[in-house]
Parts: sequence; C-alpha cells; structure tokens
Amino acid sequence: MNNNNYINRENVSTKIGFGNGIKDAAISNNNVIGLGSDITSSVGMNIFKEAFPDRFYSLGIAEQNAIGIAAGMALSGLIPVFSTYAVFASMRTLDQIRISLCYNNLHVIIGGAHSGISVGPDGATHQALEDISTLRALPNMTIISPCDATQTKIATKLAIEELDGPVYIRFGREPMPDFSDKKQDFSIGKAQRLTEGTDIAIIASGHLVWESLEAAKELKEKGVDTRVINMHTIKPIDKDEIILAAKECNYIITAEEHQITGGLGSAVAEIIVKNHPCKMDFIGMPNTFGESGLARELMDKYGMNAKAIVQKVLKLIE
Amino acid sequence: MIQNLKQKAYKIRKHTLESLYHAGSGHTGGSLGLADIFAVLYFQEMKHQPDNPKWEERDRLILSIGHVAPVHYATLALAGYFPTEELKTLRKLGSRLQGHPGRDFGLEGLELSAGSLGQGLSVAVGMAIAAKHKKENHKIYAIVGDGELQEGSIWEAAMSAAHYNLDNLTLIIDRNGVQIDGSTEDVMSLEPLGKKWEAFGWNVIDCDGNKIDELLSAFDKSKKEPNKPSVIIAKTKMGKGIKEIEGDYKWHGKTPNKKEFDRFITSLKQ
Repeated sequence: MNNNNYINRENVSTKIGFGNGIKDAAISNNNVIGLGSDITSSVGMNIFKEAFPDRFYSLGIAEQNAIGIAAGMALSGLIPVFSTYAVFASMRTLDQIRISLCYNNLHVIIGGAHSGISVGPDGATHQALEDISTLRALPNMTIISPCDATQTKIATKLAIEELDGPVYIRFGREPMPDFSDKKQDFSIGKAQRLTEGTDIAIIASGHLVWESLEAAKELKEKGVDTRVINMHTIKPIDKDEIILAAKECNYIITAEEHQITGGLGSAVAEIIVKNHPCKMDFIGMPNTFGESGLARELMDKYGMNAKAIVQKVLKLIE
Repeated sequence: MIQNLKQKAYKIRKHTLESLYHAGSGHTGGSLGLADIFAVLYFQEMKHQPDNPKWEERDRLILSIGHVAPVHYATLALAGYFPTEELKTLRKLGSRLQGHPGRDFGLEGLELSAGSLGQGLSVAVGMAIAAKHKKENHKIYAIVGDGELQEGSIWEAAMSAAHYNLDNLTLIIDRNGVQIDGSTEDVMSLEPLGKKWEAFGWNVIDCDGNKIDELLSAFDKSKKEPNKPSVIIAKTKMGKGIKEIEGDYKWHGKTPNKKEFDRFITSLKQ
C-alpha cells in the first residue's frame, strides 16, 4: 500500500462514470434497461441511451411511477437502471422504494445524481443531503457512494452484474478529481485503505475521499500520521475495517457530503459504540439546509473540505 | 360455464369468510365484493398453472389493494396452489398468508408483495412494458380499489401505460363506491371516472363486477382494442353475497364473530 501518492489525473464528474458503467454492463447483458425522468443527460444516462436507444424508456417527470415500473421490469427478468437527481430518486419515491423494491427485494439500480452540497448554485432544493440516512434504514438496500468517476464506473458495472437486490448509487455533478486506480481492487462492501497511518483514521465517502487525502498530506507535515479509508459502500458497511481502525488509530473522523444525522458517520458510530468505543467526530452537514453558491465555496462554508478536516483532526487529537 | 364460475365464486366467498373468521382481523367487505372477479380471472380468463407457478408464459395478476388478500388466498387455494386448510393460518405468526401479501414468506402464486396503495398499477405497467420488450405474449392484469384512485401515482401510471400503447394490460377497478370514511364521492370525488380514463388514453369498459356474464363480456371487449390499455370499471358491492352486510362500508375492515360467521355461511347462496 503506497502512502498518499494519489494524483488527480483530471477533474471529471462522477455522473460520467455512472453512464459509462451502465453502458459497459449493457454490452454483455441484453437485459440491462435504462429508465429516464426527463433529465437524461444531466445524470449521465445519455451515454447508455446513445449506445442502446432501444433499451431506454422515457418515463417523464414521474419518479414514483418510475420505481414501480422498474419493479415490474425486475420481476420480469430485466435489470432496470433508473436515475434522476438524488433528492427525487431517494425521497420523492421513498414509499415505492420501501415496498415495491426493498420488501420485494428486486434487483433495480437507482442512480442518485447531483448529490451533496457540491451541486452548488441550484441551492437547497436540489442538494441531496438526506438520501443516505433515509435509504439506510431500509432492509435489503445496498448503498454505494464512490469516490470519483473511475470508481463510479467500476461500482455501477459491478452493482448491475454481481448484486441481486435493490442498489442506490450516489454521485455528483461538479467535475472533481479523478484519482483512483483504473485497475483498482474494488469489491462492494469492502472498504479501501488508502493510507496506512495510526494516529487517526479518516473514514470518508464520495468527493470527500480526495479531500481527506489532501488533508492527510497536510497533517503529515504537522507530524500526524493519518489513515484514510474510502468507505465507498455505506450499506452493508465494512465492519472489520472500522473496528481495526478504532483499535489501531484510537481516533476516528468521518467525512461525507451529507447530513451528519444518519449518514456514513452514524453508520460508523453504530459499529464503534458496540465494538470498540473511541473518540470520534463528524464532517458533514450540520442539520441545516444548503444554499446557492459555487461548489468550492459551499464546501468551504459548510466545512466539507480538506481545510475543515485538518482543523477537526487537530482539535480531536489535541 | 357461467354456472361453474358462480359455483367457484361461492366457494371463494366461503373460504374467504372462514379464513377471516379464524384470523379475527382483516378486510371482509372488499374481499367478498371481489369474489366474482377472482372466479372469472382464475377459472376462465388467465393462463396459469397452479402446479407450475413460475411458468414463464403465465398471465400475471398484480393485486394493488393488498388488504383484500383473503379473497386472493382463497382463490389460489381453490385453484390448487396450496391446501385450503392453510387458509386458517391467515394473519397468524409464522403464516405464509400475511395480512397483506408478502412474497418473502414462500406462498406460491403471488406476483408482488403489496399493500401500500397507489403502487401496483406502476408495477403492472413495468411488467407490460417488459413483456413487449421481450416479445412475450402473456397478459398483465391489475386490480386497484376505487379509493386508491385518489393516489396521484395511479395517474402517473395511467399516463405511461397509454404512452407505451400497452394493449397487453387490463386494469380492473373495484368500483364499490365506498372507502373507510364513507362514500368515495364524499371523501374525494372520482366521477366522471370513465371520462377520466378515456382522456388518459385508455379503452374504458363498464360492467357489473358481481355478474359473471357481464365480466366475461368485459374481458372479451378488453381484447378487441389494439394499441390501448384497457380498464374495466367493475361496479361491485362491498360484502356481496351476504345480504345483511352488502354495501355497508362498516364491514371494510371488520371480521365476523362466531354468531355472525355461522349466519353468513348459511346465507351464502350456492
């Protein structure tokens, strides 16, 4: 395991990874079907649609119906992939996801696009910051929040090919550092240890994995040896990796572009409290709605970037 | 044939009452009102094989109003999907006959775990699109309640079925006119119901949902309109078959006690 030689190849939106992941899976499996709710290009689904126009169904701005249709298709042997903005994909449709998908345990992939505060100028209505906590409570659901476009592509393809229940994949809008290895060892449910420190562990998901790596570099200069863990799968969570981090590092900080209430941080805390209590803190949205602004401005204002992580780490281990 | 189907409907009602009596809770009125529709679907209309429940070419029935599961269970048992004796386990701990249908519990013949109103039609639309996509010839049937039509998602599904010309889909609306708070027209009016479905692009068929001959001809008509989904607005009576409770919405979510049960069973006409 190298120690923080991660390089940003270029900034790429994770939605591009999602679109390419569906397309890749669809090449070898005719049963993969795309379902769209009007914003096909905004969610990266156009990449699939252009490659397989006959396997794409437009369903209009009617997300609840889309989930039901996906359920009916899954019951008929197809593998539907539905995507819209994460706020609608997870919460407008919550009862349909609970009963038609999760209770029936159907293999449907839901792409939650434009997640997190980094959606930016659209403001609070379109910044999904509660999708993980709402969906995490549902039995049978798998939740994946990949760290960059490369990983989103790999995760999407694997979710289609290897899982058999409902899956929620969360990704963003803003082009962000694409740094993970194109040939990485990736399995759903198995966290990736990106750096090997033992002074503190940062357990992060989504865009904040890169921010955590940046924070770790700065912390190293200050003499703090940081372990960065990419917890790309939030449900089912990698319990062993969390317990090991608690035992070996004694301090844990979680970092996510999501409300602190109920998200990755809560999922990690549930494991820590039961197995190996240690000092913990949380990076995420502090129980408030967002606002308009540039992605970077908002991440700075609401404390979801490398700078905020460094500050919180130093305070915690003081 | 009609006499035979009437006899099936009688048996479905009898089994439905027995299971609800043993359960001690559940939805009696709506279940009884649907017995004739279930008799026609399972003993005439639908292609299915009780000894091969996952037969690929079977027609599919999506019961969106999961609370009338007792009439579905009674029908499935009568058709041979499982022993009628098991109907007495309805709603009991460990039973395959959940209060609302749950596929996870291993009962054969259920296409969907359902019971949250407004969801089933969308699932049926998904199945109908899938059948066309895969060039399969089976048909999709769905049953919704009339009160359920107050859910907005029903109309999203209605739009999409017409958009994709789903002539392999037949929706049956259980138009009994009542819901828990009273008449549908008082709670939230649905009329003019037929015109609404017509405006949404559906082939609309009206019939008496408690008359076997009218149901048979309604299903025939549903097959004669290419490129459109069909909706049968089936006027039914809640509690149909037992004169003293017919049309009484108080029997929506109530089950008979011992005395009532004995009286109801005797009053059922063969």
